[in-house]
Amino acid sequence: MSFNIKEWIFTTDHKRVGVLYLIGSIAAFGVAGIAAMLMRIELSTLGPTITTNPTQYNVWLYAHGAVMILGFQIPALTGFFANYCIPLMIGAKDVAFPRVNALSVWLFYVGIILALLTFVVPDPPDVMWTGYPPYSTITTGNTALYSFTVLVLGFASIIGGVNFLTTVAYMRAPGLKWSNLNIFVWCTLGAFVLQLIFVPVLGTAVTLISFDKYLGTHFFDPSRGGDVLTYQNLFWFYSHPAVYVIFLPFIGVVYEIVATFAKNRVFNHKVVLWGGIGGIVILSGEVWVHHLYVSGMADWIRIGQMVTTLLISIPVGLLVISLAGTLYKGSITFETPMLYALGVLFLFLIGGLTGIPLALTSLTLHLSDTYYVVGHFHYVMAVAGTFAIFGGVYYWFPKITGRMYNERWGKIGFWLTFVGVNIVFWIMMTVGVKGMPRRYYDYSAFPQFESAHQWMTLGAAILGVGFLIAVANWIIGAMKGAPAGDNPWRSQSLEWTTVSPPPHGNWPSPPSVDPDWTPYSYERR
Amino acid sequence: MHTENTAPGGRVSATAAAWAGGCAAWLAAASALAYEPASAAPGRINDPAAGWDHLWHEVIVDITIIGVIFALVMAWFLWRYRARKPGEVGTQSKLSPAAVIGWAVIPTFIFMADDFYLAANGWKLWNDYRDVPADRMEVKLESGMYSWDYTYANGVRTQNVLRVPAGKPVMLRMTSRDTLHSHFIPDFRVKEDSMPGRVTYLWFYPKAPGEHVVSCAEYCGVMHSYMAGKIIVMPEGEFKTWLDQEVAKLAPADKAVDKSAEKTADKPANPPV
Ligand code: HEM
Ligand SMILES: [Cu+2]
Ligand SMILES: [Cu+2]
Repeated sequence: MSFNIKEWIFTTDHKRVGVLYLIGSIAAFGVAGIAAMLMRIELSTLGPTITTNPTQYNVWLYAHGAVMILGFQIPALTGFFANYCIPLMIGAKDVAFPRVNALSVWLFYVGIILALLTFVVPDPPDVMWTGYPPYSTITTGNTALYSFTVLVLGFASIIGGVNFLTTVAYMRAPGLKWSNLNIFVWCTLGAFVLQLIFVPVLGTAVTLISFDKYLGTHFFDPSRGGDVLTYQNLFWFYSHPAVYVIFLPFIGVVYEIVATFAKNRVFNHKVVLWGGIGGIVILSGEVWVHHLYVSGMADWIRIGQMVTTLLISIPVGLLVISLAGTLYKGSITFETPMLYALGVLFLFLIGGLTGIPLALTSLTLHLSDTYYVVGHFHYVMAVAGTFAIFGGVYYWFPKITGRMYNERWGKIGFWLTFVGVNIVFWIMMTVGVKGMPRRYYDYSAFPQFESAHQWMTLGAAILGVGFLIAVANWIIGAMKGAPAGDNPWRSQSLEWTTVSPPPHGNWPSPPSVDPDWTPYSYERR
Repeated sequence: MHTENTAPGGRVSATAAAWAGGCAAWLAAASALAYEPASAAPGRINDPAAGWDHLWHEVIVDITIIGVIFALVMAWFLWRYRARKPGEVGTQSKLSPAAVIGWAVIPTFIFMADDFYLAANGWKLWNDYRDVPADRMEVKLESGMYSWDYTYANGVRTQNVLRVPAGKPVMLRMTSRDTLHSHFIPDFRVKEDSMPGRVTYLWFYPKAPGEHVVSCAEYCGVMHSYMAGKIIVMPEGEFKTWLDQEVAKLAPADKAVDKSAEKTADKPANPPV
């Protein structure tokens, strides 16, 4: 494969667009990860450690949160995996609108560059990834940069959504029924439906804070008839569903991996589609107030959304049962992708269950805005999602590159990260329950937590090494790994039926499937 | 199409099991809901902090049980169904329609029952947090970048230190003059945001003399992490002496009439600022 940079930049091939998304989002992960490491080092002693300027810490935290979510997880899941896998999984030559696809990846890079400007502009945004007014409208930090970053990345994602919904609707291989699509495809469609409905709300929210700050409007200024809570409602009206925009594709990746390495049919496939994925899509828009339990919302809605929040346990529980059931009577092997997928299940179990106290309004009056929350959402979304992304990259690595990564180093990297994240985020939850507030540059009011913070910093160093090993493993594997063959995992899914790496157009002649074929039919040989 | 069915739950009549499980779950849920949140008997005060510790304990037990069951089943499957020889595939067969429904309906009802049980208990504690006892001391709080400014009913003002008598519920009516802040007292298990344009409230029940940290839990600006304060709970007599001394220092115009005796136990409405 000769390398021609122009061909890559101007590519409309969904696989290359996907790889561009992957490279950009892993780079973003690196930058946001460095910010996390700097925060952890800063917190390793009481009082100032590596910077005496609280704003510096706040900017790291802003960059960490915003880039991890908007620049890493959403683009990796709905940009890279969706692009690379969906056309291959449905037996299509490409996406419906290849040029729109190219536009979306360019916009993504513009968004990443805007986000990285945080580190060079004179007054970087310091509004946290949530950007709450009134602070965001009075800070000397650059709130406009925040608004533009969100708008550009949001727009990139929306046009991706339109593209994929059309692609799956019209370009499935002959014989491929909706109900026999890969679970990953369904999950991603669910995520895109959420993006299409809710991103515009986020766009409105961040646009209005910039209007307030720079154009002199008063949407969120009560002294002139505005209301500060309006922003929080708009913001979380999007940003809670955004959690499922991350969750759905990542659990979809886990399904593909678990089914392949258990060589088994997916347990209760139909209920996964309608009860699990459908249930999440429907409930996801009715729980945002659980982010506003202590912000002064009316009592009745706090109670109401306590109930809807608890009910989310039903579709999520159905998915977890189905994943466990998929192991039943399987023939399980434990290569690196499977380790990551099982890691996701473990982390998600802890993250999901520790969310139940947070669903209860009354318990949250103590837990909200503490390290308990930060520990919980890293388990359930941040780290579980990252493990799914890493597992997925390992899983499709032979397809993407035609080569094999190093299995031993893959496992070493996995175990380091797995141990590291549990040290960091378990301790984080315990200090949170004892009262450690989040977003603290200096915790002098809580000197008793210093040693816990030091353990967390140590854990972060361990997991950082694990991630570095994984990325190094990919780079080395892509350059000189052993040839992998077309279907090293013996999967039944369509993407493995073409050569590795697939040519432009994917198949010499488009595949078709029997009506009773599913991506998980291992028994019929 | 398989006629024989070896999937878990497939052999039992799944529909019957679904109905039985569902009815049991609904019974559990209904009884949890029927658990009427009794409001405090007159003169008795439900301390939310004690209630918090109790409910937290209960929920931790609940989620630990669920987590351990899931983890053990998963670990058992991983061990039991590990691949023995290369080239093997899984042998799970397709679920019968009854099993499909059973495996959807029964877990749904179980989760729902647990959800409603937790919701009922959470709601009861919520009422303790939001219904403020009539016999209380009210203090106004204005937060600002970066201090907590308290005003007692008689006009006495303090900054970052709130002195209160032991044995009397204390209620804060809060607002902010600039950004969002959140008055967080970890020892009393309570916080609530303060913001410009609205009045929010919280209350807590200091029973014994001592000192408690107050910290800001909502990102409010550069010095957010330095916005710490203190609650000093004093024996009632000492508190009275202190308050009288402070009142004496006030200029006559700053003195206010103490109307706190007229309060009733209720969820206080939010008056405009
Ligand atoms: C992998 C190692 C990671 C470490 C060591 C880490 C560490 C941290 C720490 C220490 C904080 C809180 C600091 C504070 O409240 O003062 C934080 C916040 C946060 N992290 Fe991470 N994190 C990691 C990965 C991720 C990932 C993968 C995501 C992806 C979504 C993520 C998203 C966030 C968000 C959204 C916040 C909250 C930001 C805010 O408060 O505005 N983190 N992280
Ligand atoms: Cu504050
Ligand atoms: Cu603050």
